[in-house]
Amino acid sequence: MLPYVLIPILPLAGFLIVGLFWPYFRGKGHWVTVPLVAISAVLSFRAFMETLNGPPLHFVLYNWIHSGHFSVPISIMIDHLTAAMLVMVTVVSTLVHLYTVGYMKDDSGYDRFFSYISLFTFAMIILLVSDNLLELFFGWEGVGFCSYILIVHWYERRPSWMAANKAFIMNRIGDFGFLLGIFLTYNVFGTLDYETIFRAIPAHIHDTVFPFSVFHNPESASVLTVIALLLFVGAVGKSAQIPLHPWLPDAMEGPTPISALIHAATMVTAGIFMIARLSPIYNASPTALMVVGWTGAITAFVAATIALTQRDIKKIVAYSTMSQLGYMVMACGIGAYGAGIFHLLTHGFFKALLFLAAGSVIHSLGGEQDIFRMGGLSKYMKLTFVTMLLGSLALSGIPPFAGYFSKDLILSDAFNAGARGQIFWAIGLVTAALTAFYTFRLIFLVFAGRENFSNDGHHGHAPHESPLVMTIPLMVLALGAIFAGWLGDRFDIVGYLAQSMSVPHEIGTAGMSDATLKMLSVLAGVLGIAAAFLFYGRPSGIPAALSNAFRPLFNLSRNKWYFDEIYDAVFTRPTIFLSSLLWKEVDKGVIDMVVNGVASSCQSAGASLRKLQTGQLQNYALVMALGLFGMVSIFIFMK
Amino acid sequence: MTMQMAMFGYFGAAIVISALFVVYFRNPIYSAMSLLTMFMHIAGLYVLLEAEFLAGVQLLVYAGAILVLYLFVVMLLNVQGRGRFLQKQTPAVFALGILAAIEVAALIFHTRFYPELPAIPHPGVPNLGNTETIGMVLYTQYLFPFEIASLVLLIALVGAIVLAKGKLKFR
Amino acid sequence: MVPLSWYVVLSSSLFLIGLIGVLIRRNIVIVLLCVEIMLNAVNINFVAFSKYQHVIDAQIFVFFVITVAAAEVAVGLGIIIALFRLRETINIDEFNILKL
Repeated sequence: MLPYVLIPILPLAGFLIVGLFWPYFRGKGHWVTVPLVAISAVLSFRAFMETLNGPPLHFVLYNWIHSGHFSVPISIMIDHLTAAMLVMVTVVSTLVHLYTVGYMKDDSGYDRFFSYISLFTFAMIILLVSDNLLELFFGWEGVGFCSYILIVHWYERRPSWMAANKAFIMNRIGDFGFLLGIFLTYNVFGTLDYETIFRAIPAHIHDTVFPFSVFHNPESASVLTVIALLLFVGAVGKSAQIPLHPWLPDAMEGPTPISALIHAATMVTAGIFMIARLSPIYNASPTALMVVGWTGAITAFVAATIALTQRDIKKIVAYSTMSQLGYMVMACGIGAYGAGIFHLLTHGFFKALLFLAAGSVIHSLGGEQDIFRMGGLSKYMKLTFVTMLLGSLALSGIPPFAGYFSKDLILSDAFNAGARGQIFWAIGLVTAALTAFYTFRLIFLVFAGRENFSNDGHHGHAPHESPLVMTIPLMVLALGAIFAGWLGDRFDIVGYLAQSMSVPHEIGTAGMSDATLKMLSVLAGVLGIAAAFLFYGRPSGIPAALSNAFRPLFNLSRNKWYFDEIYDAVFTRPTIFLSSLLWKEVDKGVIDMVVNGVASSCQSAGASLRKLQTGQLQNYALVMALGLFGMVSIFIFMK
Repeated sequence: MTMQMAMFGYFGAAIVISALFVVYFRNPIYSAMSLLTMFMHIAGLYVLLEAEFLAGVQLLVYAGAILVLYLFVVMLLNVQGRGRFLQKQTPAVFALGILAAIEVAALIFHTRFYPELPAIPHPGVPNLGNTETIGMVLYTQYLFPFEIASLVLLIALVGAIVLAKGKLKFR
Repeated sequence: MVPLSWYVVLSSSLFLIGLIGVLIRRNIVIVLLCVEIMLNAVNINFVAFSKYQHVIDAQIFVFFVITVAAAEVAVGLGIIIALFRLRETINIDEFNILKL
């Protein structure tokens, strides 16, 4: 039991040691946190091996909350789903810790950064190993908070804290829905424990609630659908699905290691993990599954189109992340949870790789992020180039790299899942082509072609390969990008994962054979790469001509489908307008006036009454006499 | 026009005029002297009202003790008032005086001058002389207030000594 | 026989003269003298009514009033002396620190 308890405890210890005693480390924080997280990763492997041929591990550490019928334990449950996720999270976290040693060198917040990523790792592990919704929510909020404090790591920079606030507020909207979902779950099932909930689902399958009773709308809905959708709102926020996605690209303002760790590999996948974890609830509600699927499909497509025209290297990778997250959510929406999680795992490796490689590029160019001001870097940083190329091939779904197996599995599962699935399949196929295109556009622009960066500028010397401490993680992740998919396919990871999930219905085969589908998806990837080569592989006028020919579409993509502008116009501006109206007119004009009016009228009344007090004894006597004779007058003359 | 009315006319006129002089004179000595005149005529009025004891007390206490004390203090301080001798509120006070005079006149007319009031004979008091009667009532019925009055005088005595001794700490 | 109302008129005029004196004079000694006038006006009333209603108690009251007047003079003049020592003046309008 102890080794598995240590999995979350070690990163927490790292956080506490470095966080509490940071003044004593002075840039040596990694000597504590990196080994601790590495041990945690080793233990995760051990847990994975344990579950490979055995039952899930489940310990209750202690009773956290016990109030009436409400009882929440702190427990560690490592089943097959969790074990696979744990390995991916701790390995990526360890590599990112290592990478950070080189990337954040000489940063003023070095030790702080280490303590926070350890805290993040702890929160993520808690999220994974929980056996009830409240503990899950604790980890959920923990990773959200760590995301916030890590995005704002360079807090002097305005874009940093703007992005951090955006991420926090968007996640808050999602978390609110998630919390409502938890409340409703407790209300319906009387418990938050997964097992108990899943066992009780058949008894509640026909229950209904009136979600719009506040508006006197007698519309009723299945209670499971409402729960599933409310929980999905949380996933939408956390996993950056439309419409709560704009925080993810902006979150790239943070340091690159956290972009890789939090905003690519781990935290943003929490939503998908949650859906897979609660798959029985989703399976019980076809409506919720449909909403989940459509959200994922639309997100995958929209994010891919946006990534086509972005110039910022990290933004491109961020939109690609969002697009791949859309894939995973779409997979969940058709009930292919295993495929979704499989893609999540492979994506965790190659997307972290892409981010870290992008960070290496940025690092070597002294902070330059515009891909049109790079180019020809392959000869300066071979290792980064090779690893990033491997990551891109994996992302594009070219066999035999990781993305091929997982993405292909999603697409074929989609195709076999009925009419709606085939629509998703078509969207996914188009998105796959787009993904390959923008990924290799990036590769060609950054590593091939003319050198567009300035040698003097802010950097002063030629680009150089990053230190070993940064390239080792790249190489390890590249191994993951190469072999993770093949290993998963070879050893039937989907079947392994399926032990801790349920599927809505048997996925049959329809129409095309498996081989044809695989051919089609590889073809899409190759087409995308070929187009990218055609456009950017050598000097060409095609991109400019196309962008001129389809100016509205180009603008739509370049401006990220105007989501920020729309939110600004619909939510931000009216809120600010209303707030300033309430502030200036209502608060200052009415409330302050009333309060100040009361005060100043008291004051002026006092000031005028004060004149009565002259200090002259005879004045007082005169007033007394006047009162006396005045009263006598009343008695005599007014009778 | 009886003898009594003539006497009342004399005393009343003298009292009012000397009272006016008290208010009128700038010099406190003159005012005090006018007040002495007034006290004496009031004593005369008491005699007219068959209150011989009070007339004697009036002369002894007021004219003999109180007024002497006043004169003593005035001469001790020997200060002439600086600047105006009337307050700024004098016009208002005269308006008040006129109002009060009208009220008194109205009251007098309202009560139709009360020619005679019904006598309320004191129970258990023999028809003795004025001084004996007062003594009788004072030392029986009003014994307790009498003792209180002596206490008041004692306190005033102590207070006056403390105040006039000086070395008061005001702050 | 002198009508009672004459005494009332006399006493009220005397009282008014005293009151006006109290209210208009600045010299604090004169103010105290005017208080004596007012007390005497009341005394006249007491004695007159005592005579006309054959009630001896009123004269007892006059006796007490004289006693209180004596006490008042003693204390009042003591205060005047103390004030004079303090402020070198006996003008009543210069003693206005009660205002604060």
